[in-house]
Amino acid sequence: MQDDVVIRVVAKVMIPAVMLFALYVQFHGDYGPGGGFQAGVIFASAFVLNAVVFGLNKGRHVWPAKYNLIGICGGVLIYGFTGVGGMVLGENFLNFNVLSDDPIAGQHLGILLVEFGVGLTVAAVMVMLFFTFAGRLNHIRLLAKSDAHDRVVASKKVKK
Amino acid sequence: MAGFLVNASLIALLALIAILALRLHRLFAVVMLSGAFSLVAAAQFVVLDAVDVAFTEAAVGAGISTVLALATLSLVPAEEKPHSISLVPAFIATLTGLLLAVAVSDLPDFGDPKAPIHNHVAPEYIIGSEEVIGVPNIVTSVLASYRSFDTFGETLVVFTAALAVLLIIGGYTRTANGSRKAKRKNKGSQDAG
Repeated sequence: MQDDVVIRVVAKVMIPAVMLFALYVQFHGDYGPGGGFQAGVIFASAFVLNAVVFGLNKGRHVWPAKYNLIGICGGVLIYGFTGVGGMVLGENFLNFNVLSDDPIAGQHLGILLVEFGVGLTVAAVMVMLFFTFAGRLNHIRLLAKSDAHDRVVASKKVKK
Repeated sequence: MAGFLVNASLIALLALIAILALRLHRLFAVVMLSGAFSLVAAAQFVVLDAVDVAFTEAAVGAGISTVLALATLSLVPAEEKPHSISLVPAFIATLTGLLLAVAVSDLPDFGDPKAPIHNHVAPEYIIGSEEVIGVPNIVTSVLASYRSFDTFGETLVVFTAALAVLLIIGGYTRTANGSRKAKRKNKGSQDAG
């Protein structure tokens, strides 16, 4: 789709808007519909749109493969450590009341962190899934190529 | 009456899309129909006042999973293999559907305040969400605070699933060079064994 000017221009306008909307859904989830899961999916869809319109290679530039595990594990760790924070401060696991002096402020902080962890994990997982499935074709082609190469090398060795 | 018409037309549309998706053999069309199915389902959830669920359904069902299915389509043939309807699974599915339809008549009315589900912990959540948590969106306060353990479990499920996908078809750190090395090693071990 790289050749279609309309799609490229519209995608360029849409991608930042989609990301901004994802952040809104993420941090406004306390007050309106939404939360970490939805925000993560919307945030990931910005990267997917980028990769679909401008090609997988350019998509890889803005989301290198090393981000996958950082995002997936980072989100779970943020969630877990927010829970452990409650334990360290003398309450149960995932009790947010003690995270701040005021219980309600503590709840707000805990929910914000926990939702951010969910969002990070989900966003990274979705982008990773897309790149893994979409990159599979190239991967298979590469394997076929390397197979052919191996066969050529092997036949040369036999001749020698 | 208007509510009944909206509900009936949405559910009829859902059934229509499902039947179409079953009948068609072009996989591209089936993927698109599944996206449309999710979108109609999201509209149905909005009618039922479940905005958060509708949001998730629209983002995940109509959005990301359609894209993922499209990405998968590049790896498989465009047409489904023709197959005939087998009688036993059709019979089991119809029977289960009928049983469920009979069971639905035993459910309490939609939104009935006397329903058991609304009298267990729900009142505490509704009051506590405002007074103890201070979050106006009750769904968020239940999801992230009251049921934080469950959400942690869900996040771990997503995490584990992602790791499984990476382990099976990932190869995400392999370059062309690396994959060749890996293959050669495999061949070597096969030859040795």
